[in-house]
Amino acid sequence: MDLDLANKLYHKMLLIRRFEEKCVEMYSKEKIRGFLHLYIGEEAVAVGVMHALSSEDAIFATYREHGHALARGIHPNRIMAELYGKQEGCSRGRGGSMHLFDAATRFYGGIAIVTGGLPMAIGMALSDKMMKRNKVTVCFFGEGAVAEGEFHESLNLAALWHLPILFVCENNLYAMGTALEFTQSETNISLKAASYRITSKQIDGMNVTEVAESSEEAIAQIRSGNGPVFLECLTYRFRAHSMYDAELYRQKSEVEEWKQKDPLIRLPQDWSDINIAQHEEEISHIIDEAVEFAENGTLESVDDLEKFIYSSEVAR
Amino acid sequence: MNSTITYREAVRHAIKQAMEKDQRVFLMGEDVGHYGGGYAVSMGLLEQFGSERIIDTPLSESAFTGAGIGAALGGMRPIVEIMTVNFSLLALDQIMNNAANLLHMSGGQFNVPLVIRMVTGGGKQLGAQHSHSLEGWYAHIPGLKILTPATVQDAYDMVTLALADPDPVLIFEHAMLYNNKGLLDTKVIPLSIGKAKIERLGKDITLITYGASLFKALEAAQTLSDEGIDIEVIDLRSLRPLDDETIMKSVAKTHRVMIVDEGWKSGSISAEIMARINEQAFYELDAPMGRVCTLEVPMPYAAHLEQAVLPQADKIVAMAKKIMEK
Ligand SMILES: Cc1ncc(C[n+]2csc(CCOP(=O)(O)OP(=O)(O)O)c2C)c(N)n1
Ligand SMILES: [Mg+2]
Repeated sequence: MDLDLANKLYHKMLLIRRFEEKCVEMYSKEKIRGFLHLYIGEEAVAVGVMHALSSEDAIFATYREHGHALARGIHPNRIMAELYGKQEGCSRGRGGSMHLFDAATRFYGGIAIVTGGLPMAIGMALSDKMMKRNKVTVCFFGEGAVAEGEFHESLNLAALWHLPILFVCENNLYAMGTALEFTQSETNISLKAASYRITSKQIDGMNVTEVAESSEEAIAQIRSGNGPVFLECLTYRFRAHSMYDAELYRQKSEVEEWKQKDPLIRLPQDWSDINIAQHEEEISHIIDEAVEFAENGTLESVDDLEKFIYSSEVAR
Repeated sequence: MNSTITYREAVRHAIKQAMEKDQRVFLMGEDVGHYGGGYAVSMGLLEQFGSERIIDTPLSESAFTGAGIGAALGGMRPIVEIMTVNFSLLALDQIMNNAANLLHMSGGQFNVPLVIRMVTGGGKQLGAQHSHSLEGWYAHIPGLKILTPATVQDAYDMVTLALADPDPVLIFEHAMLYNNKGLLDTKVIPLSIGKAKIERLGKDITLITYGASLFKALEAAQTLSDEGIDIEVIDLRSLRPLDDETIMKSVAKTHRVMIVDEGWKSGSISAEIMARINEQAFYELDAPMGRVCTLEVPMPYAAHLEQAVLPQADKIVAMAKKIMEK
């Protein structure tokens, strides 16, 4: 870690924070509709993990994936346009907030069925192994996913087939309004992964340095052919599950405590030379441009509605 | 090849040829390797291709079906075998939420060239959790293609067609057909996906069917012909897309319609076909349409009960006569 890298990571985390704050504003103005799951508070996880990847690696994420998409390098303009439902969006307005996709950066969603992305990530890693490509597949999911059968089926296959895959569990303690302790007999998730003989580690998901370094180690291990790795990142979402909820399921004091660990506060504590004001300035331009781009985007013709069901009909 | 073989051998031969030709093709599913396949389709393939391309999976329908989707996205041409359609319900999330939706959800960026084969249908006294015909259900889903090979030729051709298709294709192999013998000519150009085939020309009634019911329909048609009723039998081959054109042309010729479908009546593919005829050829009809479907009960075990539940040639004959009276 050096100042350059610290600046880079800080920039990405701040971009996600400000981008999503703008999303909230645009949601209130009814420019954005549907579900909108914010990543605010959890930025260090996506930014730290993406730092360790190459452009050849593949990513599967969940419905809470604005942060992952931005950290991976999908242009903010295209993400905002997607949230606006515009044709210039990264999924042509067909996906929305929960279904961001991008072939260029190998971003495979945006899968909004809890655990639904894991089996596909397994298959992607399997294809890399069969074709002898030295690529890694990364799969993000919340701790809620651990209760699903697909989670256990997938971990077993990854270990059994010795696949080049990194599992990243974003343990923010709640699945919607249900705390982990109400749903799991064993709340240490990394232990469950270890029981499948997967190298697994619990880390501080609020500390981007730790996430980045653990991810680098994990990716190196995977690339050298040593099979899957599982990172349980302890983190917290500062906002409601989706845009609004009454947050009856947790204490305000708990939220405040976690806010003290904000990754955007944490990183500059170690790197006091990060020029926060300059990052703010740059990012505010990026966000303004994204909004303008989305505002000026086109609404796809309704005549094209039935395209994209079968490949033969796709107007590429 | 131009010889008489079984339906099972035809599927196996197609998989074998595809795997010899294309390194991207592989087969995975429960017991496809060491056991030779729940219905012995893949017998011998493990020995030829090895365990890296004939993959025995754990009992994890959702994960290995999803893995097929992921591998397809990664450039492979996987064939996923699900032992029977009943178990595919554990993989429904992957089939519907991912395979069928990805192309659209991604705005056209990610197609899924995946083939899923599964066994369907009753007649073997396997009871209510191993005998149902749910292909009509799957045909409800935009983004999927649903194939129902009835003949030995189609058992072979449809594997080839499905592997060449850029989108997810589900092939439903009826359990009662595996031992059927027929002619396979690997040199003929296969009839494409979405094309129905007129298996018997006739002028009095258009009988629309698919899968194993085809043979009950042909048997009934033979009986009826002795009584002077001339049945035109259409094998749909594909439930999605449906070949409206072939159906409507035949209706315009015979003006009478019956459908034989091993699915249940309510919300079935037979209901869909009737609705389309109603929309597209209503004024061609001389009589109300009729259909013979599986009775609306879970499949019973006892032989006589199971046979009573399924469509049969005698029920088809009776229905045809009723339609002719009107
Ligand atoms: C299979 C399935 N069941 C239920 C839901 C509804 N749902 C959406 S998010 C969510 C909570 C998931 O929590 P977690 O996995 O911890 O992720 P987080 O939202 O905390 O990031 C639920 C129940 C769903 N999308 N998919
Ligand atoms: Mg959670």
